[in-house]
Amino acid sequence: MNRYPLWKNLLVIFALVFGLVYSLPNIFGESPAVQISSNKNTVKIEPALLDQVENALKAQNIKFDHLTLDPSGIKVRFDDTDTQLKAKDVLQKSLGDDYTVALNLLTRSPSWLASIGALPMYLGLDLRGGVHFLLQVDMKAALDKATDRYVGDFRSSLRNERVAYLGISREGQAVQIRFSQSAELEKARTIIAKESPDLTLRDSDTGTEKLLIATLNPQAQKRIQDFALKQNIQTLHNRINELGVAEPIIQQQGTDRVVVQLPGVQDTAKAKEILGRTATLEIRLVDEEKSDFSTLEAASKGQVPFGDEYFVGRNGQPILVKKSVVLTGEYITDAGPGMDQQNGESVVHVTLDGRGARIFKQVTKDNVGKRMAILLVEKGKAEVITAPVIREEIGGGRVQISGMASVQEATDVSLLLRAGALAAPMEIIEERTVGPSMGEENIKRGVHSTLWGFLAIAVFMAIYYMAFGVVSVLALAINLLFLLALLSILQATLTLPGLAAIALTLGMAIDANVLINERIREELRNGNTPQASIHAGYDRAFDTILDSNVTTFIVGLMLFSFGSGPIKGFAVVHMLGILTSMFSAVVVSRAIVNLIYGYRRKITKLAIG
Amino acid sequence: MEIFKIKKDIPFMSYGRLTTSISLLTFILAIFFLAHRGLNLGVDFTGGTIIEVSYPETADLGKIRAVVDTLGHKEATVQNFGSSHDVLIRLPLKEGVTKAQLSEQVLAALTEKTPGVEMRRVELVGSQVGQELYENGALALLLVSVGIVAYLALRFEWRFAVAAIVANMHDVVIILGFFAFFQWEFNLTVLAAILAVLGYSVNESVVVFDRVRENFRKMRKASVPDVINNAITATMSRTVITHAMTQTMVCSMLLFGGEVLHNFALALTIGILFGIYSSVLVASPVAMWLGVSRANLVGSTEKKSDVEAMP
Repeated sequence: MNRYPLWKNLLVIFALVFGLVYSLPNIFGESPAVQISSNKNTVKIEPALLDQVENALKAQNIKFDHLTLDPSGIKVRFDDTDTQLKAKDVLQKSLGDDYTVALNLLTRSPSWLASIGALPMYLGLDLRGGVHFLLQVDMKAALDKATDRYVGDFRSSLRNERVAYLGISREGQAVQIRFSQSAELEKARTIIAKESPDLTLRDSDTGTEKLLIATLNPQAQKRIQDFALKQNIQTLHNRINELGVAEPIIQQQGTDRVVVQLPGVQDTAKAKEILGRTATLEIRLVDEEKSDFSTLEAASKGQVPFGDEYFVGRNGQPILVKKSVVLTGEYITDAGPGMDQQNGESVVHVTLDGRGARIFKQVTKDNVGKRMAILLVEKGKAEVITAPVIREEIGGGRVQISGMASVQEATDVSLLLRAGALAAPMEIIEERTVGPSMGEENIKRGVHSTLWGFLAIAVFMAIYYMAFGVVSVLALAINLLFLLALLSILQATLTLPGLAAIALTLGMAIDANVLINERIREELRNGNTPQASIHAGYDRAFDTILDSNVTTFIVGLMLFSFGSGPIKGFAVVHMLGILTSMFSAVVVSRAIVNLIYGYRRKITKLAIG
Repeated sequence: MEIFKIKKDIPFMSYGRLTTSISLLTFILAIFFLAHRGLNLGVDFTGGTIIEVSYPETADLGKIRAVVDTLGHKEATVQNFGSSHDVLIRLPLKEGVTKAQLSEQVLAALTEKTPGVEMRRVELVGSQVGQELYENGALALLLVSVGIVAYLALRFEWRFAVAAIVANMHDVVIILGFFAFFQWEFNLTVLAAILAVLGYSVNESVVVFDRVRENFRKMRKASVPDVINNAITATMSRTVITHAMTQTMVCSMLLFGGEVLHNFALALTIGILFGIYSSVLVASPVAMWLGVSRANLVGSTEKKSDVEAMP
C-alpha cells in the first residue's frame, strides 16, 4: 500500500531534474559586462561589429572573457568592474554615437543552460542596486498648454476671417473671447466650431461685453492627457538611452504616472538630473511695440504690459516677450550642435516637423524685421536664450538658433531638444535608490538568514523525528530547489522581502511535514501497523494541509493584488512557495518514505522517534 | 524523541474565562497604546526622505547633524543604523514639495566634509504616494480578512470563520500595540509581515478546527468542550513544533537579516508567539461561545439533538 505507481515516481524524478537544471544558473553568479546596442533604427548590429569590438579591446590590451551577439546587442564579459569601466570608455570612443554602450551584469552560467531558457533569478533593485522612480505627469499643465495653443490659433483665424473681437485670453483651462457685438460672436462661433471640433463653446453676457468661452471637451482632454503621457514616456526612453542603462524599465502606471527603473545605475545623481530635466523649448515673439525704454523700465519694476512677460536675456538686455506661444518643442524632430558659417559662433540646428515648419514659415513671413525669442523653460522658469531678428521668411523647417555661449552649451541644448521635450512637466514623487554595495549585502543577509534557519530546523527535525525528520528536511531542501527553479523560470523579480519570504515560507512549509509525522505517530499509538500508520498519516494530514495552505494562499493573493512595492515582492514568493511546498511536503516526502519502507515485507518499528 | 506525551486531554475550555481575560487585557492595552502613542509611521506612509550612508570609520553623528543643519533641514533626524559606521538621516516632507535633488545635496555636503562616504540607499516618498500606500495597506488588510472569513465560512462554518478572524485581529492589534509602545518604525515591510501573520495565524486555527470537525464525527458521545479539548490536545505537539520551527527561521532573520529586515522579523516574532496563543486559546473558546455544534459541522445527515452549545 505504500508504493507509488511508476508514473508518480517518474513525475517526482522529472520534477527533481527539472528543479535542479533550472535553479543551476543561480550558483554561477554574475560578472560585470558591457552591452552594446544600436542607437538608431538604421544602424543594425551585425557580426562584423563583433570583430570591431574585439579589435578595439585588444588594441587597448583589455582582457575580456566572453563576447556574444544576440538580438538585444553585443555583450562582452569582464573579470572585474575596473576593466569593465575602462572597456566602456574605450568602446564608446571607438564605436561612436550610433551605439549605446551600457554597463550590465551577465550570468557566468554556461551557454547550454541559457539555450534551454535556464536563467538566474531576476534580482530586484534592492538586491542589485539601482534606482526606482515614480514620476507624476502634471496633467493640468498639459491642458493649460493645449489651451494656450488655441489662444494663438483663434487669434490668427479670427483675424483672417476679419471678425472684430476685443480680446482673447486664457482663463484657467478655458479660452475667453470678448466681443462688443453678438453678430461678431456668432460669426466667431461658426468659425471656431468648424475649425476645432474638440471644443465645447458657450457664451455669456457681462452686460458691457459678450463673451464666447471655449473649453476642451472630455474626450479631447483625455486624448491630450494620453498623448502627454505617451510623449513623456518616449522622451524618457530617449533620455535613458543617452544614459546607457542595460535593462531600463519605463512603464505607465495609472493614468498620469510613469515608473522608471534603472538597475545597476551607479551614478544616481546623473540619472536623476537627466530624468528630472523638464526643459521645454518655446518660441515666442518679442513685443516690439512696447520695447521702448520707459515701458521696459516700468516692466523691470513689475508693471508688465498685459499679455507680455518680462525677461532679462543672457546678455543682460531686458526684453518683453508675448505670452502667446508660436511653437513648442513638440514640433522638433531633430537638433544638433554646429557652427555659424559666417561668424563661427556656436549654434544649434533645429529641424521642425511639417506642421511646425508651416507655422514657422507663416510667423516669420508676418513678422520680418521683428525679433523672435527662443526660451528654454525649466521647472516652470523660462529663460530667453536668444532673440534674433527675423531677417526673412524661413521655410523648410530648418532653424538655426544662435546665442550659445560655447560648443558645450550648444551640445547640451541640442541634446535636450533632441531627447525630446516633455509634453507636460513631470515630478519625481517617489524614489528608491539602492547603492551597489548595499545590494550585495542584502543578498548576503537574505541568504544567511535562510541558511542558518534551515540548518537549525534540519538539526531539530532529525533529532526529533529521526528518519522521518531527515525525510522532512530532504523534502524541505527540495522545496527550496523547486522554489528557486520556479522563480528563475518565471523571472519574477526577487527583492529583499522576497528573500525574507523564501525563509519564512520554508519555516512554514515544515508545518506540513510536522503534521504528517505527528499523525503517523498518533496512528502508531492507536495500535496500527507501521505500514497502515504511514498510509493513514499521509492521508488524514492532507485535508488539513490543503485547508491551511489554501487560506495562506488567499492571503498571498490579496497581498499581491492590493499591496505595493515590497509587499508585492513578498507575496509573489510566498504564493509560489506555498505551491512548491504542497508538492514537496506531500508528494516528494511520500516518495522518499515509500522508497524506504514501501518495499519491505515486515516492519516492526518506524524510525520516527 | 517526544516532548508531548499527554495521556489525558487538557481541559483548555474550562480555562476559557481566564485566557480570554488575559487576551482582552493585552488587547485593551494594545488599543490604549495605539490610541495614546500612535504608530511611528515610516517614510513609506508619511512621505519624506531617508538617506542611509556608510562611513569608512566610526561616524561622528554631531558633525553630520551640523552639516545637515547648515543645509537648512532643522527637523532632520540623524542616527546610527545597525553599526557605528552606518548612519540614517531622515528628512521630513517640506510643505507640499518633494525635492528629488535633496538627497544629492545632502550627500554632496557630507562627502565634502568626509571623503569616502558611501551612499547606501535613498528613499523618497511624496506625500500623495505615502497617503496612497497607507490607504492601499489598510485596504489589503481589510480584504485579506474578508477573504479568510469567506473561505473558512465556505469550508467550515461561519462560526469558525468569525472565531478565526477574531483571533487573528487580536494578533494584529497586539503587534500594532507593540509597535506603538516601543515606537518602532512602522513601514511597508512591517505591514507585509503583519499580513503574513494573518495568513499564518489562520493556518493555525484551521488545523485545530479541522481536528474539531473530525472529532465531532468520531467522538459521538462527547460534549462540545470535550471535543474541542481533545482537538487542541491532539494538535498541541504539532502546534508547538511548527511554531518553534517558523520562529527559528524568523530568529535567524532577526540575527542575520540586517537592519532592513529587523522590524519585519520583529513583527513576525510577536505575531507567531501570539498566534499560538490566540489560535488555541482565543479562537476555540470564541467558536464555542458562538455555538459551534456537531449539527452545524458534520452535516444534516448526522444531526444529533443531545449536543448543546455552551453558554
